[in-house]
Amino acid sequence: MNPHTRPFYWSLRRELWENRSIYLAPLAVAAVVLIGFAVNVIHSANQTGTPLALHLPNDPTPIQQPYAIAAVLLALTGLLTGAFYCLDALYGERRDRSILFWKSLPVSDLTTVLSKASIALIVLPLVTFAIIVATHIAMLALHTAVLLASGAGLATLRNRTPLVELWIALLYGLAALALWHAPICGWLLLVSAWARRAVFLWASLPLIAICILEKIAFNTSRFAFFLGYRFAGGFALAFGTARPCCIPHPLTSLTPGNFLSTPGLWIGLLVAAIFLAAAARVRRYRGPI
Amino acid sequence: MASIEARGLRKTYGGTVALEGVNLRLEQGRILGLIGPNGAGKTTALNAILGLVPYEGELRVLGRDPWAERDRLMRDVAFIADVAVLPRWFRVSQALDYVTGVHPRFDRAKAEGFLEKTAVRRSSKVRELSKGMVAQLHLALVMAIDAPLLVLDEPTLGLDISYRKQFYDSLLSDYLDRSRTIVLTTHHVEEIQHVITDLAFINAGRIVLSCTMEEFDSRYRELTVNPGHLPAARELKPMHERQIFGRDILLFDGVDPALLAAHGEVRTPGVADLFVAVMEQGAGK
Repeated sequence: MNPHTRPFYWSLRRELWENRSIYLAPLAVAAVVLIGFAVNVIHSANQTGTPLALHLPNDPTPIQQPYAIAAVLLALTGLLTGAFYCLDALYGERRDRSILFWKSLPVSDLTTVLSKASIALIVLPLVTFAIIVATHIAMLALHTAVLLASGAGLATLRNRTPLVELWIALLYGLAALALWHAPICGWLLLVSAWARRAVFLWASLPLIAICILEKIAFNTSRFAFFLGYRFAGGFALAFGTARPCCIPHPLTSLTPGNFLSTPGLWIGLLVAAIFLAAAARVRRYRGPI
Repeated sequence: MASIEARGLRKTYGGTVALEGVNLRLEQGRILGLIGPNGAGKTTALNAILGLVPYEGELRVLGRDPWAERDRLMRDVAFIADVAVLPRWFRVSQALDYVTGVHPRFDRAKAEGFLEKTAVRRSSKVRELSKGMVAQLHLALVMAIDAPLLVLDEPTLGLDISYRKQFYDSLLSDYLDRSRTIVLTTHHVEEIQHVITDLAFINAGRIVLSCTMEEFDSRYRELTVNPGHLPAARELKPMHERQIFGRDILLFDGVDPALLAAHGEVRTPGVADLFVAVMEQGAGK
């Protein structure tokens, strides 16, 4: 391996050793989803003889809805895990004094910060994607087994659960969200590198304070709107709708052109780069607390 | 080339002065014992040398500016800045994998050789190890790095006597095998007296004494004064006096041993005795 990428690669490995919640949290949620789904499928099969009302042509509920719900739940878990990971990433090593050990090795502050950002913006979305796909396959297997047991045909199921399409849309969506949320990740890492205590408060209170100040001083809510746009606006830009469960045909609703031509995306990436560079700079000055 | 060269090294934390113009030069291949009371600036000086804190003044370590080039410098410097800094979630095997991965000068077989002499198991996590075992693991990792400069801040804290002895023996035999420079601090001054080649006392942010061990051996003499000879011995201007079991023990700097021998028993003092004398002198001024 190239001597410049080796420290980066091993920094990623080290993050995965330390932060097992990166895959344990989505796995736990996946287990809950699967249990809930199993109960639902078996229960409705017992009641009507046909699971999830497959034979009602006028049923407005699309058959893939539970799959979409599972995907959304797991994606949200991934976002939440990522946020808490970032908050602790550069704070935890100072709190447990291990920063002195990490700094005794030839790994630069920038490599460290970039490896942590990559965990949140690349590794975690990929892990989330893999776990969602695995969950979907398990759900489909469960569905198939119940349908076979109840004697219903499988054709309807196959036609009405366009999973591969859903997965492509999902991968696109997770990538778009990672890009959209990059400045949030950068901000959390910067606060994590800087704050001596109460990282969560330092990360959130200044933003809330600005909202309140603006409301009192000018009676406007531009900053609050801006924050909401940054937190939740990415999905609507990437899919053309803000309601993930109401996407009838996943592939036709992708709007990558719209997403990529949003100035907010590129400004956000620039801001993320500035935050990450600042976090690396701050880490240089920081020791154990 | 000097391994470490500091001129007018200053560091202040807020209003507190930690280093007040430190001048220090350490040639390649020497072993420096840096001795000082708590809060004297030892750790700050080492942190500056290791690129962990910014500083004022001039400092070159292996020809580099440690603050600007820490990550590059760390390829050539191995250090233990403090005990108990290995992360608690680390598995011993992961620690070996990680350091092998990021450090081009790490000799994994050597580290494993060190660990075989201890009770540290490959599958243990740091949180499951005793304090002494964590120190052993950290030393095994650091000592297996073939670095031209080794910095050890209280490396044997929390270790029992036999392991400390074993550690210094292996440090010395290792040192003799190749030309490396070592900086060492410890509170067990007497243990390193025969290990170090250079001695520096630091107090209140300044180097108050700096000499090679050859100079130390030739300059300083301790005289256990024969009864009745105290006034005559005092004429020779001792730098320090103390009493043990009712006998006066005087410490001299640069006085001919033949002159001293007329008044009692002469020997080379311990570094600890000189340290106490220098500190008390400083306090008296």
